[in-house]
Amino acid sequence: MATETRTTQGAPAPGGVSFSLSDPTVRAVVYQILVVGAVVLVGWFLISNTLDNLARRSIATGYHFLEREASFGIGESMIDYSPKDSYGRAFLVGVLNTLKVSIIGIILATILGTLVGVARLSSNWLIAKLASTFVEIVRNVPPLLQLFFWYALVSDSLPPVRNALNPLPGVFLSQRGLWVPSLSASPVWATMGIAFAVAVILTIFLNRWAKDRQARTGQIFPTARAALGLLIGLPLIAYVAGGAPTALDMPRLAGFNFVGGMALSPEFFAILTGLTVYTSAFIAEVVRSGIVAVNWGQTEAARALGLPSGPTLRLVILPQALRVIVPPLTSQYLNLTKNSSLALAIGYPDLVSIANTTLNQTGQAIEGVTMIMGTYLTISLSISIFMNWYNKRIALVER
Amino acid sequence: MATTDNAQPVGLPDERPPANTVGPVAWLRNNLFNTWYNAILTVLVLALLGSAIPPFLDWLLIKAHGLDATSQECRQGGGACWGFVNEKLRFIMFGTFPYDEQWRPFATIAIFIALLLASCDRRFWKPWFGLVWAAGLAAVAILMWGGVLGLTYVENTLWGGLPLTIILSVIGLAVAFPAAILLALGRRSNMPAVKVLCVTYIELIRGVPLISLLFMASVMFPLFLPNGVSVDKLLRAQVAFIMFAAAYMAEAIRGGLQAIPKGQYEAADGLGLGYWQKMRKIILPQALAVAIPPLVNTFISFFKDTSLVIIIGLYDLLGTAKAALSDPAWRGFYREAYLFIGVIYWIFCYSMSKYSQKLERDLNRSHRR
Repeated sequence: MATETRTTQGAPAPGGVSFSLSDPTVRAVVYQILVVGAVVLVGWFLISNTLDNLARRSIATGYHFLEREASFGIGESMIDYSPKDSYGRAFLVGVLNTLKVSIIGIILATILGTLVGVARLSSNWLIAKLASTFVEIVRNVPPLLQLFFWYALVSDSLPPVRNALNPLPGVFLSQRGLWVPSLSASPVWATMGIAFAVAVILTIFLNRWAKDRQARTGQIFPTARAALGLLIGLPLIAYVAGGAPTALDMPRLAGFNFVGGMALSPEFFAILTGLTVYTSAFIAEVVRSGIVAVNWGQTEAARALGLPSGPTLRLVILPQALRVIVPPLTSQYLNLTKNSSLALAIGYPDLVSIANTTLNQTGQAIEGVTMIMGTYLTISLSISIFMNWYNKRIALVER
Repeated sequence: MATTDNAQPVGLPDERPPANTVGPVAWLRNNLFNTWYNAILTVLVLALLGSAIPPFLDWLLIKAHGLDATSQECRQGGGACWGFVNEKLRFIMFGTFPYDEQWRPFATIAIFIALLLASCDRRFWKPWFGLVWAAGLAAVAILMWGGVLGLTYVENTLWGGLPLTIILSVIGLAVAFPAAILLALGRRSNMPAVKVLCVTYIELIRGVPLISLLFMASVMFPLFLPNGVSVDKLLRAQVAFIMFAAAYMAEAIRGGLQAIPKGQYEAADGLGLGYWQKMRKIILPQALAVAIPPLVNTFISFFKDTSLVIIIGLYDLLGTAKAALSDPAWRGFYREAYLFIGVIYWIFCYSMSKYSQKLERDLNRSHRR
């Protein structure tokens, strides 16, 4: 019924088609046609130029080059890679390296940023001032400058490999990075991983059961402590049951470099430290404003209800503060991920750096740039989707 | 009764507050040692500062080499080598601009700083001040390029250092601003095609790192242009910056637009104003005032991001410092170089962020009432 009425109202008067520019609906359609037409025209101009140029320089378009042999080495990789592998695999190595530095960076920056943000609100004058000095210095210096500084600190100030610093047995610090002992391969680690996964699943069920019981009977189950016990206890039991192996793979000098153990390259150190420090200053501000945003009356009300300080923080303050914190925190996570592309400037093989090498070698400029952009868009979208889901979970439920 | 309790006995001098609530001792007790854990933290932090600050000051000033020290003298040890910064000062500040003409980039910096400082004063937020800016930019163009008024012509491939950093950020901002207003309006438009285009553009640019845009500028732009037409590297980088800044500023302006209550739109409609009249006379003046603090913050991050042009081979302030470090005679004095330009960047960004905070307070005051 309603639609019918609307159509009769919107339809042109019988007896003739009214087409007047003074009608807002008509005008809107005309404007949109003009705008889209202009965009299409500019796009067509650029594309025809590009095709013309590509033909002139005889560059083949398409992604077939991804299957060709890359024939360049990559400093560090999480999967097996040799110069004989394809460009596609090299790019995958780059994507994994970007993800590695972003994920570790996000975790570390969140921890450091929260600490600094809380420290800025400390009643201790010295600590508050120290934290705000840190924030004001770090925020106002370009991240690339900070990266260069960290990188130079490692590569210029540390001794060469032969005179590597050896502060602890098995730990070597030199221009080539940091070497630490790693745990030797053993089936126990796999068992511990399974035990941890089981603990996570058990924790989820425990949490459901505890919430349900609290809803039914009002009794509170100490979920946090039980979960912590499960998450640490089960892998520990697996470790002891597996014979508690303590063999370590020690790094040792062989030729011009160390072998064995676990290595942290100077590039990785520089990009990770740079990103963590830079982003933590912004996260500190986000956390601080989130905490300040919760009215002091909320704390007083919780105290008046007889809640101890732990549950006050957990049940009253944090849920309200997180609501303010999460959206800007999301954009900081996105910034960190995008800033990880600065790795190119210090030679950490992230996806931009590998795509750059690829497009220099093959001349496939358009494909290289679209691959970089496509990957970052995918990562950015995934982070926003996850954080939006989380934000919705903790958002205020209004009438 | 309450009143008798508060009544002051007549004729007695005011009593001083107890000694442990005023003065430095009380301040220490309240701010540094108010709880046992704060006392421990204070002592720990003091110990940390005590072990870090004296060696740093030693390096920075006391043991540092003078402004005329050579690199041989500096390499023998001691503190900071300010001779390096002194010798490379003009290269770091002005890049490869012809040495005898370097008063011109210096004047450029002075003009920009004067314009920026004047723009901070709200008394100058008038239409005629736009003309002052235009005149300033024209003067900058004449100074940097030359070729007229008896100035020798200087190619823009020779530009570098601080003027390049400021030019990239200020011109980028000035051109991106109107584009950002259109994008923000487009994003809130009722026309689906316009809205989709604007949203796509904004989200696409905000979803990718600036480096990929600079790459696009350096390797893809040449392919986009008709055969035979070439655009130099600086202009391509500038275009990439404008595209980048427009998307971020559009989001800041959108925030301002969203803060305007619906009644303002309805009132403008009620007066019979058309779309552009409504926006120009009613909505935008209010929305932009709200959006100024986030816009200043965008400008700060934008100013820092100009340092990325080093990746496509332009020498801004960070680029010249890095180039100065690659001189074999002075290799390894990166602490001095990075500290020096870090302080320059910091002064710019910190003063802008302080200004943005002040502005936010001022604007809030008028909003709160």
